Amino acid sequence: MTDQVEVAEGKAAGWSDWWRSGKPLVWLNALAVALSISAVAGLLALLAVRGLAHFWPAEVLAFEYLDQGVKTRVVGELIRRESPSSDGLEAASEQWLVKTGNRRVNPPDFRWYARDGIANLRTPADLVVVERREWGRAYGRLRALYEGDARVASGERVWAEIEARREQLQSLRAAAADVQSKGVDAIDHALEQLRIERRKRAFDALPPSLELVFRERELKERSAEYEQQLREIHAALNRDRLHLDTMNGERIELPLGDLIRIWRPNQMSWSEKLGHYFVGVRLFLTEGPREANTEGGVFPAIFGTSLMVLLMSVLVTPFGVLAALYLHEYARQGLLVRIVRIAVSNLAGVPSIVYGVFGLGFFVYFIGGSIDELFYAHARPAPTFGTPGLIWASFTLALLTAPVVILATEEGLARIPRSIREGSLALGATKAETLLRVIVPMASPAILTGVILAVARAAGAAAPLMLVGVVKFAPTLPIDGHFPYIHLERQFMHLGFHIYDLGFQSQNVEAARPLVFATALLLVMVILLLNSSAILLRSRLERRYRSSYQD
Amino acid sequence: MSEQGAAEFEGLPSSAPAEEICLQVDNLSLAYGDVQALKNIRLDIAKRSVTAFIGPSGCGKSSLLRCFNRLNDLIDDAKLDGEIRLGGKSIHAPDVEVSELRRCIGMVFQQPNPFPKSIAENVAYGLKLHGALPQSEIDDRIEEALRRVALWDEVRDRLGESAFELSSGQQQRLVIARAIAVEPEVLLLDEPASALDPISTLRIEELIHQLKDRYTLIIVTHNIQQAARVSDYTAFLYLGELIEFGVTQAMFTNPQDQRTEDYIAGRYG
Repeated sequence: MTDQVEVAEGKAAGWSDWWRSGKPLVWLNALAVALSISAVAGLLALLAVRGLAHFWPAEVLAFEYLDQGVKTRVVGELIRRESPSSDGLEAASEQWLVKTGNRRVNPPDFRWYARDGIANLRTPADLVVVERREWGRAYGRLRALYEGDARVASGERVWAEIEARREQLQSLRAAAADVQSKGVDAIDHALEQLRIERRKRAFDALPPSLELVFRERELKERSAEYEQQLREIHAALNRDRLHLDTMNGERIELPLGDLIRIWRPNQMSWSEKLGHYFVGVRLFLTEGPREANTEGGVFPAIFGTSLMVLLMSVLVTPFGVLAALYLHEYARQGLLVRIVRIAVSNLAGVPSIVYGVFGLGFFVYFIGGSIDELFYAHARPAPTFGTPGLIWASFTLALLTAPVVILATEEGLARIPRSIREGSLALGATKAETLLRVIVPMASPAILTGVILAVARAAGAAAPLMLVGVVKFAPTLPIDGHFPYIHLERQFMHLGFHIYDLGFQSQNVEAARPLVFATALLLVMVILLLNSSAILLRSRLERRYRSSYQD
Repeated sequence: MSEQGAAEFEGLPSSAPAEEICLQVDNLSLAYGDVQALKNIRLDIAKRSVTAFIGPSGCGKSSLLRCFNRLNDLIDDAKLDGEIRLGGKSIHAPDVEVSELRRCIGMVFQQPNPFPKSIAENVAYGLKLHGALPQSEIDDRIEEALRRVALWDEVRDRLGESAFELSSGQQQRLVIARAIAVEPEVLLLDEPASALDPISTLRIEELIHQLKDRYTLIIVTHNIQQAARVSDYTAFLYLGELIEFGVTQAMFTNPQDQRTEDYIAGRYG
C-alpha cells in the first residue's frame, strides 16, 4: 500500500519535473516548425504532381461502352477515376472521366463513363493523338495523307510521310513568322504612324501632305505584296491534309499547317515519352495561349509578370529608400514623424484591391488622362495612356509595396552603430557624404530585404492588377521590335490573373484544370527565382558590409 | 616601459612647457536639455603636446572633447556657451565650415570604427572627401599614414582586404592612420585603448608618444596610470567643473585640490 502511494507520488513529481524542464516547449516548437515545413512541401508537391503530370503522354484507351442498350465505341485518355458514394440510391459503379477530344465532330471532349458499362478495354498501338491549333486534341487512326487532291499515302505509311514533311513544315512556319513580323507587322506599324500624322494634320485643319499620301500608297502596295507572300506560304502549309478516322467512323480532315504535334502514346518507349514530356513543358513555357487559354502555353504571362515586377522594383526601391532616409536621418524626430511612421505601417495592411481602385482612379484616369490630353490630343477620344496598362500596374504595385521597403530600410539604418556615423563626420565628411559613402552601402542588405518582400507581394498580387492593366489575353507583348521598343502603355498578361482566369472563367473546366496547377507552380517558381537572386545579392552585400562590432 | 619612454622624450622640445597655445577654451558651458554637463571651463592646450582629461564617469570629459570638433552639434538639445579658439579663431564663427574644422581636428573613438571598406579605402576616405588627388598621391599618403602608426608592415600585402579582417588593436591603429592621413593639427582620442588588450594598449601608448612631435593630442582616459604615462598636461574634471589643470608630473606628485588627490589615490571614480 505504502509502496503504491510512493510510486504515484514519484510519477507526479516526474510529470511536473518534465513540465518544468522545458522539454514540452521544445516539442511544441518542433511541432510548429514541422507543420510549417510539411505545409510548404505539401503545397509544392500537390502543385507539381497535378500540374506536371499533365504533360506526360498518357496511354490512349479504346473500349466499347454499353449504355441503356446502345453500344458506342470510345477512344480517349483516362483523366480520373471516382469511386461511387456508398449512400447512393442505386449501386453505382466506379466512374471514369475520359478525355475523348475531337471536340469539333463529337463534343464534348470530356465524358464520364460507368466502369460497369465498359467492355473490351484495349490500348491499340496504332492510335494517334494530334495536338492542333484549333479544337483541342484529336484522337483516331491515320487514314490518309493528301497532297492537294492526290492521295500520297494511306494507313500506317502516313506516319512516315508526316515525319518526312516535318522539317519542311517547320521552315515554312518560320518563313511565315518572318514575313509576318518583318513585313506585315512593320508595315502596319508604319501605316499606323502615318494615320496618326494624318489625324494630327487634320487636327490642325491641314490637308495631308503629298509626301504622306505617296508614302501611304507605297506602303499599301508593299503590304499587299507581303500579304500575297503570306498567302502563298499558308497555301503551301495547308496543301497537305491529313485524314483521321475517329472510333465512330467520322472523318477529321486536318491541314498539316494546323498540326502542332502528333504522337502514338501506346507504342512510345519510356525515353520517347520522356522526350515528349520535355517538349511539352518547353512548349508550355515558350508558346502563347490558344483556345481561350485552355491550350498552349503561358509565355506572355511569364513575360508580363517578370517585366511588371522588375519595373515595380525599379520604381519602388529609390522611392522607398529616399523616404526612409528622410524619415530616419533628416526629419526632426517627434510626434509628426511618429504619426507618419504609423501611417506607413498601416499602409502596408491596406487590402490590395483598394490600391487597384486608387491606381485606376489616380494613375489611369487622372495622370494617364492628363498625358493624353497634353500629348495625344490628336488620338482622342481613343486613349493612349489613359487606359489600364503595364506602366500603371507597375506604379500601383510600387505604391502597394513602398511601405515594406520603407520600413525595412529604416530598420537597416537604425542598426548601423552611431560610432560609424561619427567616425565619418569626424573626418570632415558632411552628412550627405556620410550617408552616400558609408550609411547607405551598409544598409543595402536591409534595403534588399525590403525589395525581396516587395517582389514577393507584387508578383503574387492579382486583384489590383485586374483594374490597372492585366488582361485575359494580350495580342502583343509589351516589348517588340518597333520603336520605342518598350510599350509601357500596353496591357499585359500575368500569371496570377491567368490562374484565376483558367480556374474560374474557363468554359472548359476539365481542360483548364491541369493548367491551373501548372501555372500556379510556375508562379511560385518565378517568385522563387526573383527572390533567390535578390537573396544571393543580399548575402554578397552582407559579407562585404558585415560589421565586426555589431551587438 | 613608461619611464624608458619618458626618458626618451625628455630632450624633445614638445615636452618643454608650451609657449605656443593651440586651443583655448574660454568660459565654456554645455547643457544637454536641463542637464548641465560642463560649467565655465577655461584651459589652454599647448601645441605639440599630449593633454589628458581624467575624471570619474559622467564628469564631462568626453563632452568637453566633443566640443573641440563640434560633434555636439549633432545632438538636438545641446546648448553651448562660451568659446573655443583654434589658433586664435573661434571655431563657432559663422564663416567656419564644420567639415573643414573637423578635418583640422581629427578624432579617434573608444571602439575601433573602421568603415566596411578595404584597409586602403579606409585610410583614403578622408583624403577623397577633400578634393581630388591623383591616385599615386593617395597611395603615397596611405603608405605614409600606415607607416606612422606602425601598421604598414603588417598590412602592406593585404591593403585590398576588408578592414574587419584586422584585430581590434590593428583596427584602432588603422583608425588613427585614417585620422592623420588628412594631416590634422589636433587629434582627439576618446579612451582609445579602453576596448583593447594590454599589448595593444601599449602599442597605442607608444604611438601617442611618437605622434606628439607632429600633432597636438588630447586624450580622454579612465586609466590614471595611462594619463601619467602618456601625457604632458593633465586636466581633472569633476561634475562638469575643471578642478585642476597643470603639468602632469606636478599634478600627480603634488595635487593642489583634495578631490584630485582622492581621485588619483583611487578613493573614488
